[in-house]
Amino acid sequence: MNTSKTLVYDGSFNGFLTAVFVGFEQKLSHADIQKNSQFQSGLFADTETIFTNIDKAQRVWNGVRKKSNSAIKNIYFAFLSEQNDIEALLYHYIQKLMGSKYLGATDFSDAGILKINQLAHKVGREKHRMEAFVRFQLTKDDVYFANIEPDFDVLPLVSKHFRNRYADQQWIIYDLKRKYGIFYDLQTVEIISLDLTDIYTNSMEKSDAFTHEEYEYQDLWNNYFKSTTIKSRINTKLHVQHVPKRYWKYLSEKKEAV
Amino acid sequence: MDFNRIKEKLNILADAAKYDVSCSSSGSNRKNKDNGLGDTGNGICHTYTEDGRCVSLLKILLTNHCIFDCAYCVTRKSNDIQRAAFKIQEVVDLTINFYRRNYIEGLFLSSGIFKSADHTMERLIAVAKKLREEENFNGYIHLKSIPGASDELMYEAGLYADRLSVNIEIPTISGLKLLAPDKKHEDFIKPMQKVKDEIIRYKEERKIIKSTAKYAPAGQSTQMIVGATGESDKDIMYSATHFYKNYKMKRVYYSGYVPISTDSRLPSLGSEVPILRENRLYQTDWLLRFYGFSVNEILDADNPNLDMDIDPKLMWALRNLNYFPVDINKAEPRMLARIPGIGMGSVHKIISSRKYRSLNWEHLKKMGIALNRAKYFIICNSNDWERRDLDASTIKGKILQSQNGKFKNQYNNQLSLFN
Repeated sequence: MNTSKTLVYDGSFNGFLTAVFVGFEQKLSHADIQKNSQFQSGLFADTETIFTNIDKAQRVWNGVRKKSNSAIKNIYFAFLSEQNDIEALLYHYIQKLMGSKYLGATDFSDAGILKINQLAHKVGREKHRMEAFVRFQLTKDDVYFANIEPDFDVLPLVSKHFRNRYADQQWIIYDLKRKYGIFYDLQTVEIISLDLTDIYTNSMEKSDAFTHEEYEYQDLWNNYFKSTTIKSRINTKLHVQHVPKRYWKYLSEKKEAV
Repeated sequence: MDFNRIKEKLNILADAAKYDVSCSSSGSNRKNKDNGLGDTGNGICHTYTEDGRCVSLLKILLTNHCIFDCAYCVTRKSNDIQRAAFKIQEVVDLTINFYRRNYIEGLFLSSGIFKSADHTMERLIAVAKKLREEENFNGYIHLKSIPGASDELMYEAGLYADRLSVNIEIPTISGLKLLAPDKKHEDFIKPMQKVKDEIIRYKEERKIIKSTAKYAPAGQSTQMIVGATGESDKDIMYSATHFYKNYKMKRVYYSGYVPISTDSRLPSLGSEVPILRENRLYQTDWLLRFYGFSVNEILDADNPNLDMDIDPKLMWALRNLNYFPVDINKAEPRMLARIPGIGMGSVHKIISSRKYRSLNWEHLKKMGIALNRAKYFIICNSNDWERRDLDASTIKGKILQSQNGKFKNQYNNQLSLFN
């Protein structure tokens, strides 16, 4: 068990799990797993292209789940961090997990495991931020629409939250960075891609796409935001720490500050 | 809807409600019903005010007309301010429309007392009832229990609200007499007692009949003003402990007094808000609720006040050096939780990691433990530990030197030599 190989997969989570399966099957101690979109061939590297196979992915998924439920969450969250060599880190993590008799995933004194935990934590925080910072605007077609640009690919993680909460209104949350969105049509949530000519941030200009009342409510909200501040306790550092500046352009209450 | 008029009212009635610090929207388990609107969960802060406080609920007064004249309160009868009142439907519309745009987790509705306690409480309940029954709204509702409201109304309130709260405001009875002469201590306690009894009753019934309706699933909370009547930290924390224990409070909030009046019984306008003191009280509150401390370990007759320059856990540790050093690789969890610089998150990390190997400084540092404080109180798998027999004041001096907190200039009382 001392071989190394480059495995190229399609970039999907199931594709990655299939690559892990292949790595284990061939007893690779180190697997250099790369997305086909970013693939760079090494000069003498032994390369294999992985075709996503749901059965194989499922077997890895179930195997990990048998070991630990928190590990399965860590793996998925960390994968969505889209960090460079996340695949290699995760391969190491899964190796550790499957190799140990007891729950290797909780050994925080192992640098690799600690790293995956920290990444999963970061993605979790971004997920939570999106649940907080999405600002829907009501379009004339009666759809509540929001743009986001999250640091990590968290749309798959927030879909359930919004589905459960806004069950009686149509809504779209669109990720401008990754160019896809999720749309709830009162029945199910679907993945969509749009050809957006305008980017509907909360700019001072009003767009024709939204209802007149929409801007009245934004105005009310901005007023509320101001009235509820206690002037004698102003603490800008804390404010910016909680509401980082990169999110301001999507927050109606920070319109004037942008 | 006349948006301009609503805007005016919103500005007045949100401004008046902001001194209520509670904004939590967690602890309830209400789920979305029949594909309606909203649910509750762990709570989300949708934004933060410029003073750094979480905004998770639409926090407003129904009206700021009030028949009482409590000196500490901005809506007191004798204060010359603009008055306004919302109609019930207006509050419902605001809540629903803010909620649909993902601005808020729900509504926090309080009110000045007009006509009578019962009359006011009825109106608050009417808003909550309308939201639940006409709008099928399943988001979070926090209602204020009006001091002196009848048991029947308090019962009804709990059927629609997730949380109920009465603010005790002044931690001592003598302070209350001084600042709010027309309010009686019993008036605060009565609704609290009723809600507590009903919560217990509903819990018992649910054990037998699973479909029993919810009654205030997020429990009760209260708030105390800090720094208005010259009370000690001991007064505040003992009083808080009393409410946690006897009324099963989910939270007690501490609100540094913001000067709003020229009344000679109160700190004058322009005096500073005791933000640091408030912070130390919250730290103590956490030690009591999550770290297994009891209040008399931290504050007693000899130590009626918290140190401002160090946190309460460090203060306790320095007074009890005989418990230290603690061996990270062997100590019980409850003792790990008492080491300065180690939070509950780190305690869990230590416990699950030390099963695999004996931990050293490097491991602890990577887990995120504040070693600048912790190192004087622990030993781990290393020959390199603090061997000198340092006394409490030396350790304190060394720790203060090593940190650069945001409050440093506030507690640096030493006279500079060349000033």
